Amino acid sequence: MTQETAQLLLVGISHHTASMEEREKLALMPERFDDFYRGLKALPGTQESLVLNTCNRLEIYSVVKTENSSDVAKELSDYICSFHDFDSAHFKKLRSVKKSKYVLEHLFNVASGIESQIVGETEILGQAKNAYALARKQDSLGPVLNRLFQKTFQAAKWIRSHTAVGSGQVNVANVAVDLAKKVFGKLETSNILVIGTGEIGEKTLKALRSRGASKITIVSRKIERAEEVAQNMGIKALTRDQLDNSLHEYDIVLTSTSSPSPILTQGTIASAQKKRSIRPFLLIDLAIPRDIEESAAELDNVYLYNLDDLAKIADENLRLRKIETSHGKKLLAERAEKTWEHFGSRFTSL
Amino acid sequence: MEFLLLSDRAFLWLAAITYTVAFALALSSILRKRQHSRKTLLAFVIAGFVLQTTGLYIRGHASGSCPLNNQFELMQFMGWSTTLLYLVIGPAFRVSLLGFFTSAFVAIILLVSLFVPEWDTAQTTSIFGTDHWIKAHASLATFSYGVMGILSLTSTMFLLQNRSLKKKNMGGLAPYLPSILELEQINFRLLTFGLSLLTFSILVGAFYTSDPSSSSKLLISGAIWIGYIIIFILYKTRRFSSNNLAYTCIFLFIAAILSLGSVSNAIDHSEEIEEQVSPRE
Repeated sequence: MTQETAQLLLVGISHHTASMEEREKLALMPERFDDFYRGLKALPGTQESLVLNTCNRLEIYSVVKTENSSDVAKELSDYICSFHDFDSAHFKKLRSVKKSKYVLEHLFNVASGIESQIVGETEILGQAKNAYALARKQDSLGPVLNRLFQKTFQAAKWIRSHTAVGSGQVNVANVAVDLAKKVFGKLETSNILVIGTGEIGEKTLKALRSRGASKITIVSRKIERAEEVAQNMGIKALTRDQLDNSLHEYDIVLTSTSSPSPILTQGTIASAQKKRSIRPFLLIDLAIPRDIEESAAELDNVYLYNLDDLAKIADENLRLRKIETSHGKKLLAERAEKTWEHFGSRFTSL
Repeated sequence: MEFLLLSDRAFLWLAAITYTVAFALALSSILRKRQHSRKTLLAFVIAGFVLQTTGLYIRGHASGSCPLNNQFELMQFMGWSTTLLYLVIGPAFRVSLLGFFTSAFVAIILLVSLFVPEWDTAQTTSIFGTDHWIKAHASLATFSYGVMGILSLTSTMFLLQNRSLKKKNMGGLAPYLPSILELEQINFRLLTFGLSLLTFSILVGAFYTSDPSSSSKLLISGAIWIGYIIIFILYKTRRFSSNNLAYTCIFLFIAAILSLGSVSNAIDHSEEIEEQVSPRE
């Protein structure tokens, strides 16, 4: 079997060593995937290959012949540089080369989000799955990488359920959605009102929709703008005047206007709350200056959060995730070690 | 009386220890910010329930009646009812952390009752006599207190979640607690159910009890029942917030627990009167 004298090899760059400009130069555009894989498969030293290409990393995972793994590392580096017309001496300073079980350990960490710029983010697992699917389509996978990536996906899921590496949301829009879920549980039945069409408001709206919210109404000073957003997202639009008598119908109110003074006072909220059945009222103020009077938070069953509150929660979640990283790494290293034992007979040790 | 070489109290001790272990395991997972295994927790609670049921069965078998013969048994029966309700409603409501709170609550009730030997004095007569209606009243009332026990737990969960959201502090138990709306709905359903049971048991008790010594017991139970009725009406007519409802439910449950003492006292008093009239040989 060819694998008996094979070696697992990783060559790549990431945000840890390469700047954004450097990563931009080395990024692989989707329309060039076919060409890149064609050239990769033509390299004499590699038996199996997979390219993980995200905005923070470009990594090639390969199964190569043992006797010349260092040569293959150089071969892969040269190939990346020639493909992107990148200075190879400079690339050598940026690149990271790993072999045998350290590749597996690194892959587990990457897929689990531990190596991500925003620690614990989940997008990377989807990107790793897409990279795997693409490599399969390109017919560049063999039994080793196939199995290793399946094990990686299992490890990434496992670490999320056994540590707090991915707990809590770390961006403002998702923190707002998490709060909505803490108050209402299912968002499908919650009536949501979005006042203003600011960028952060739109992002939060998209995050709410992606988590199941569907009963959404948008209000803007200019009905044309509200209708434009509403049409793009398939939701209802109202003018500010139409809103006055219907505030109590909404469970979640999200504001992001450019109004210089509060558009919702404590009195307005209190009278709307009186008309509601005993249901909580969640107010998310994403505007600066603020759109909702701070004293509204004192009302019973009213939960008010502004941009600073959301940012503080996001920062705290990120801090906790970072604390958990070392524990997560230790667990993944143990898991990688066990997985490696199964593959041990296929590879020669370093 | 023994079963498998163990006495009734030994089974009840084992049950208390099992509930304590269940609580400790879940607490340690939460403190280490790991997701606790619901299946493990449930397995421990079921084991505790089986042990407690066996212990109570042995006692009931020995006395030839439902084990409600002294304050110890009342507390044990209420703890048993609370666990039974958790096992029945837990999967239906899918309330996270309810198992954690239930195991803690039942462990405390069981341990307290086991550590106070005075509560487990042998009664010369059954605390509720031989009338089946009175026994039904007693078991229903104790069971309804079990419902109110669960209600006090979900109320505590509501207050914790409400506090974390109001204070904007997302640490501690907050990430594992159910949503405010879910807790509000659960609280109201439990209040309705518990109140229905309590109402029925009080009606039965009032109709079938002629013993004047139990009037103070009926008075206290009636006051607690009125308390629950008032908050039910106020909440239903939107004159009471969910926050106030939660606080009041906890307060009323504590009062209900304390009133259990009056039940024993009433019976002790009744026995004294009986002894004065016809001294036992």
